[in-house]
Amino acid sequence: MSKFLGEFMVTLLVFAMLLPAVASADELVIYSARKEHLIQPLIDIYSAETGTSISFVTDKEGPLLQRLKAEGKNTHADLLITVDAGNLWHAASEGILQPISSAILEKNIPAHLRDPEGYWFGLSERARTIVYSTERVKPAELSSYEALGEKQWQKRLLLRTSKKVYNQSLIAMLIAEHGQKETEQIVRAWVGNLAASPFSSDTKLMEAILAGQGDVGIVNTYYFGRLQKKIPELKLALFWPNQKTGGVHVNVSGAGVTRYAKNPVGAIKFLEWLSSEKAQNLFADANMEYPVNPQVKAHPFVTAWGTFSPSTQNLADAGRLQSDAIMLMDRAGYR
Amino acid sequence: MSGTNSPILELNAISQAYDNQLVVKDLSLTLEAGEIGCLLGASGCGKTTVLRTIAGFEPLLQGEIQIAGEVVSCSGKMLSPAKRRIGMVFQDYALFPHLTIFDNVAFGLRGIGRVESLRRVNEALELVGLYAEHKKYPHEISGGQQQRVALARALAPRPALLLMDEPFSNLDVSLRERLSMEVRDILKENGTTALFVTHNQYEAFAVADRIGVMAGGEILQWDSAHNLYHQPVSPRVARFVGEGELIAGVISAAGELTTGLGLLRGNLDDTRPIGSTVQLLVRPEDVVHNDESLLKAEVLRRNFRGASILYHLLLQSGDRVQALVPSHCDHQPGEKIGILPDVRHLVTFPCLPGDGCS
Amino acid sequence: MPIPGSHSAGGLLQGSGRRIRWLSGWQWVVLLIALLVLMPLSVLFLAWLEPAWDIWRHLQQTLLSRLLLNTFQLLIGVSIGTLLLGVGLAWLTGACDFPGRRHFSWTLLLPLAMPTYVLAFVFLGLFDFSGPVQTQLRTWFGPGVWLPEMRSAGGVILVMTLALYPYIYLLSRNAFRTQGKRALEAAQSLSCSPMAGFFRVVLPMARPWIAGGTALVLMEVLADFGAVSIFNYDTFTTGIYKAWFGFFSLPAAAQLSSLLVVLVFGLIVLEQKLRKRMRFSQSRLTPQAERIQLHGWSKWGATAACSAVLGIAFVLPTLQLLRWTLSIFHQEFNRRYLDLLGHSLQLGLSAALLIVTVALLIVYSGRRHNDRLTRLLIRISTLGYALPGTVLAVGIFIPLAGLDNLLIDLARSLFGIEMRPLLQGTVFVMLLAYLIRFMAAGFKSIDSAMHRVTDNIDEASRLMGLRGLRLLWRIYLPMLRGGIFTALTLIFVDVMKEMPITLMTRPFGWDTLAVKIYELTSEGEWERAALPALTLLLSGLIPIVLLMRGTDD
Repeated sequence: MSKFLGEFMVTLLVFAMLLPAVASADELVIYSARKEHLIQPLIDIYSAETGTSISFVTDKEGPLLQRLKAEGKNTHADLLITVDAGNLWHAASEGILQPISSAILEKNIPAHLRDPEGYWFGLSERARTIVYSTERVKPAELSSYEALGEKQWQKRLLLRTSKKVYNQSLIAMLIAEHGQKETEQIVRAWVGNLAASPFSSDTKLMEAILAGQGDVGIVNTYYFGRLQKKIPELKLALFWPNQKTGGVHVNVSGAGVTRYAKNPVGAIKFLEWLSSEKAQNLFADANMEYPVNPQVKAHPFVTAWGTFSPSTQNLADAGRLQSDAIMLMDRAGYR
Repeated sequence: MSGTNSPILELNAISQAYDNQLVVKDLSLTLEAGEIGCLLGASGCGKTTVLRTIAGFEPLLQGEIQIAGEVVSCSGKMLSPAKRRIGMVFQDYALFPHLTIFDNVAFGLRGIGRVESLRRVNEALELVGLYAEHKKYPHEISGGQQQRVALARALAPRPALLLMDEPFSNLDVSLRERLSMEVRDILKENGTTALFVTHNQYEAFAVADRIGVMAGGEILQWDSAHNLYHQPVSPRVARFVGEGELIAGVISAAGELTTGLGLLRGNLDDTRPIGSTVQLLVRPEDVVHNDESLLKAEVLRRNFRGASILYHLLLQSGDRVQALVPSHCDHQPGEKIGILPDVRHLVTFPCLPGDGCS
Repeated sequence: MPIPGSHSAGGLLQGSGRRIRWLSGWQWVVLLIALLVLMPLSVLFLAWLEPAWDIWRHLQQTLLSRLLLNTFQLLIGVSIGTLLLGVGLAWLTGACDFPGRRHFSWTLLLPLAMPTYVLAFVFLGLFDFSGPVQTQLRTWFGPGVWLPEMRSAGGVILVMTLALYPYIYLLSRNAFRTQGKRALEAAQSLSCSPMAGFFRVVLPMARPWIAGGTALVLMEVLADFGAVSIFNYDTFTTGIYKAWFGFFSLPAAAQLSSLLVVLVFGLIVLEQKLRKRMRFSQSRLTPQAERIQLHGWSKWGATAACSAVLGIAFVLPTLQLLRWTLSIFHQEFNRRYLDLLGHSLQLGLSAALLIVTVALLIVYSGRRHNDRLTRLLIRISTLGYALPGTVLAVGIFIPLAGLDNLLIDLARSLFGIEMRPLLQGTVFVMLLAYLIRFMAAGFKSIDSAMHRVTDNIDEASRLMGLRGLRLLWRIYLPMLRGGIFTALTLIFVDVMKEMPITLMTRPFGWDTLAVKIYELTSEGEWERAALPALTLLLSGLIPIVLLMRGTDD
């Protein structure tokens, strides 16, 4: 029994030592919703080059935002890295981020992939596009996102859950283009064509197409890339829709400097480095995404999917219209 | 239904085994309507097995069991317990803790209509004097009350035969005595035929009309309490029932026996020739204390019982006897006291090798 | 003897003190824990001060009815499923005898080590349309053959039933074990067929335990987030997440949470009602009652039924996890993995030690003070198990962050010191949340062990001069050892498996295996999630095996 108590006292002591986290001046603290294995290599290189010590915590975007809000002006965090413009827009509108102006960032990143007021900047680009079974669908049958609601796709369409922010942004951008009423009709038509209830991930959606549960779906490009790496003779292909109209829906992963950053200068420096030609390939290639910096070419594996003209609507719309999009999908019965 | 003359319970040479070991051997008995029977024996003698076999919880190896003229168990046939028209009071009462006293008693009453059912429950609860408690749950009443509820529950469906497994063993001594008499009154009032098992002879005496002394899976004697006590058929029964000692004696004439207590005369049924050595059963009340008596015995131990003292005595012959003496005659171990034999029935057994009489 | 004068002066003070009746030291401990539990609850209900009407209007028009319907469908389906499995198997292994009974009686508890979210993704991996089973069936019977849709209400109910039945099994098996065959015999002697006896006596007698187990199951169902999100099945918890992370409305999330809490407390009240007045005394004579021997087909049927459940709920998913793990082991088994494992173990262990210590104090003060106030406080202290992890994480994070900010502001304005947040982003917050959530597990195990320390033992030790801490140390602790061990293992496993609290309150660098599984499954990376899942499973198994080894005859 006394051994038991002894162990317990030791544990308590350990925690007592853990409690005060002391900050050093040249430290950069990052809250990241981008997965650790995607961001760690970049941090390692940057730390080695500049001597900055960087600590980061990864989590889902929701909890991170909540945490930043709750911590208020006492937050540790200097930089918020997250995926999807919707999340970035929200962080900005919740007053968590601060606007910054940096000539380097404005030069490196096209205007539609960053916040007009400088609250956040896209760092890599991904497209949310149509995937189809090469066995059962001819590319000629496909044309646009909207056309997936047509009769011919009845019981053939597969979608990921509407809870995923990627879909929320896609719908938000459709709202921006078509308005609420028309978009709702499109979504209703999609739901009517579903071959199975929505999936929890893009990967599972594609596996279901492979298994024959459906013939077409909408996925992010890098998920397709991951599956292609696993199954080289994949009987799926990407289709670039809306080439004559608004363009393929793209989204970004990006970052913004927190409003109460203790080290905003360091945060901006790191951001600028991330947008540089040197880091862009690392940042994008790690996840099979497209670099935002027009000077940098995507990885050959990615360019092999073909070229497309992306939508150039400003991504801030995705955030602005996100809750409209969610409500619209709820109304349309899209789970 | 059977005629009034046929027995309610009849066991014909039943045998029962566990793991290839016989626990009941060729056992037979009959109970007439309204009789209360008892199987008396030490634990492990097979008495509970017999009861459970009658109830239908255990299959029969050999023999046949009839209840109210119907064969309920024989080799190859076993009527389910639910169809045997028996009631059972379990050792731990097995009251249903989730039901009120009322619902417990009403449990076995089905298919007789609400009114009749209500009437019978009330009747049964009145019978055991627990009507006032009918809304309570089993854990809210005392052990003695639980026992009576168990009885009421078993009686309410009016079984042809009531079985009771050590019904009083969970009660304290004073309650046990009172309750055993009460139970007898209740059963008699109700005209119930019942068989119960116990290891306590006073319970058996108090409740039963007929008692079977059991040992090693057999009934040694099936008889009334009086006969068991006064006319045991074997030394084993004699030792098991009541107190007392066996001492050696020699038949000196017809109806005469020479023993360590002197020459005894009385009812002697022994047909052995004169001169044979026998064993004589001496009950404590057969030895009377008398200071003037020339027959002296040494007090070995004393056991104060309030009204009387039970003395363990050593006779000059070397035999040991017991004497139940009014407690005002107070003697200490080591003292020699005068005694007189007062034996009415000379109960004798043959002297077998190893019995200690030669 | 005191001097009369000083006595009267002191007496006045004492007298008034006695009237106020200050709490004793033990009661303060309980009061503190009770307040700790009430804090997140009040945060949730205070959120109603600013109702998020626009979101409520939207929910009411679109989702709310489906959320409620789905939630109730799940509650009903899972309770029927777990009752059938849990009670049926418990009765077989608790009251009957058949080939393999000894082994089944504890192996049937093994699914307890399998977190619901793990079983969910393994089942989807195996049985969904694109999984190997349905693919194989389609190659045999043609692509047009009808096969059940796994990602459906039925699928979620199946998975939850298989993952959660051990709660009912464990509790009702104990009831059936002591019940033995005696109750059934009593019923038969009262002209009940065995079947009727089972439903009229055996089941109702075990009702308090069954109800207790069912309440636990239903709370798990209400609290589950991992499994339903893998199935994309909308329930109350996903609704809360949606309000919070979709509409970014913490008030709406808190308000929905408070409704969920009301639902859970309704459940508790119902359970208490069911158990009211039925403090069933166990049979005194036969703690290990005789078993019913099964014969013929029923004997082998019992063996088959137990094997089937064990196979589907445990063996099959474990094998699948193994298969996946082997395929990715070389790339996933690395330092990162070992870090995660270390965190999980560390958190599980320290939470277990912390909670058991506090539970001991609470149990002991409940023993010392058997008044209504203390009983009420204890009741509140152990209510945290009813709070879904997500709800609790929000409820505890908001006030602590507020406290931190207050402290920092105070330090700045009073002393001019710039302070870093003391509490946020430390293990302390997480442990506090675990403490609230898992206090009941610790309390119940230790409290039931405490019943073994009779009043006579207590009085005997007092006569020998043992008081206070020394009494606790020399008499109670040794006698409670079994209960403490049970509590430690239960909490350890629970914390290892815990997902939402860990996800939301972990400090820098404190990712755990559960967090990793969440990240991977949300991207459909089921193979890669298999290694951490298998690890959780194994570490959950060790205490269960230890716990169960000694318990059965």
